[in-house]
Amino acid sequence: MAGLTKTNATPPRWLLAELTYACPLQCPYCANPIDYAKHQDELDTEDWKRVLTQARKMGAVQLGFSGGEPLTRKDLTELVKHARDLGYYSNLITSGYGLTEEKIIQLKEAGLDHIQVSIQASTQELNDHIAGTASFEHKKEVAHLVKKHGYPMVLCVVIHRENIHQMAEILAMAEELGADYLELANTQYYGWAHANRDLLLPTKEQFEQAEAIAQAFKEKVAGKMKIYYVVPDFYEDRPKACMNGWGTTFLTIAPDGVALPCHSARELPGLDCPNVKDRSIEEIWNESKAFNFFRGVEWMKEPCRSCDEKEKDFGGCHCQAYLLTGDMYNADPVCSKSPDHDVIQQAIDSAARSALLANEKPLIFRNSKNSRLLAKH
Amino acid sequence: MTINPELPIQFSRTHRLQWEEAQQKDVILYPEGMVELNQSSAEILKLCDGTRNLAQIVSELEQKFTTSGLTNDITAFLEVAIQNGWINQN
Repeated sequence: MAGLTKTNATPPRWLLAELTYACPLQCPYCANPIDYAKHQDELDTEDWKRVLTQARKMGAVQLGFSGGEPLTRKDLTELVKHARDLGYYSNLITSGYGLTEEKIIQLKEAGLDHIQVSIQASTQELNDHIAGTASFEHKKEVAHLVKKHGYPMVLCVVIHRENIHQMAEILAMAEELGADYLELANTQYYGWAHANRDLLLPTKEQFEQAEAIAQAFKEKVAGKMKIYYVVPDFYEDRPKACMNGWGTTFLTIAPDGVALPCHSARELPGLDCPNVKDRSIEEIWNESKAFNFFRGVEWMKEPCRSCDEKEKDFGGCHCQAYLLTGDMYNADPVCSKSPDHDVIQQAIDSAARSALLANEKPLIFRNSKNSRLLAKH
Repeated sequence: MTINPELPIQFSRTHRLQWEEAQQKDVILYPEGMVELNQSSAEILKLCDGTRNLAQIVSELEQKFTTSGLTNDITAFLEVAIQNGWINQN
């Protein structure tokens, strides 16, 4: 079994605090687990403070307050203050929904470093459709206020088949809003995005066209706006170095206190992910089965085991291997060396067929009702 | 973007420079990112407080480390820093 050979673990640098699964939006590509509605318990304020303190002591320095929608937590300002006192660089990853100027000021005073606002599209109609909630005008207003109050402003747009044709307009919107950073995140197909893949995955031609537009824009705004481009790995021939290597850098704490080596790892079988209510962050990071599971290269099968690139991409993403091949020990099938690589082409073909159907099935929006329905299957 | 030798240099208000005990080094923090600094880079950036220009930074560091001829190295580093948005001049 993997994980028996313990390697010298490097300390965590990045802590993702998923404060809640509650969210007023219903984005059909949400990275939360499909069965999130089953996990209703939330850590309390003291639990979170203890987690922040323990992780900081080990060396975590970048902190993301995420969710769900982190603004739904009444203790957010208190947690931001605690994080600042500990010396974290705090990132608020929000839909912007419900964010007022008063709250923006309050969070700034508490020591929040930056606010990342997500926008779903460049037009109100499409934004509100994808988000499942009327939110476009308010999001733009929030982006202005974030800027006004001296935060670096990061705009995040998740790219998929429904909005990829708007690339040029999305870039113009980011410029108009004065974004300091623009994250163009091609959808990664886990969680809800996996369930909706046939409706979200663009064609290769669409990707290439959008990428060319983004690339030209990147050169135009160099020195003014930084672009983070999350590549569409279905159109790559090598997998991403997922999480910078399992249990090397990233630590995610889910709303109920489950500690995860990546935010999708809840989907993997047999990890026995530990809970921060039972164990300290140090024990979890260094000793737990889950965090040692894919550390190092001992767990690898062929073609990874003898591959000269195994230290570069660590075999890719285990969640993707599990979702697409049924075995999390397999190489990420995105890799052209994977014997299962044809599942990627099958997924692309399936999405292309779906796009041509006159009666294409509707998107499954991310909400508690759908979560309970899907979790039964 | 290049360094104007006349103007004072200021560390960016949207980045943070801090000592990391766990790493035993200074780092620059910004949205979702971190740059680890060696000691000389950190010493230069700590003097970018909006009151000193290039020549003043050079002279202060030459005094502190009782050496001379640092102008080229410091200028080269500050050019990189301004291109990365870590410092500015206005």
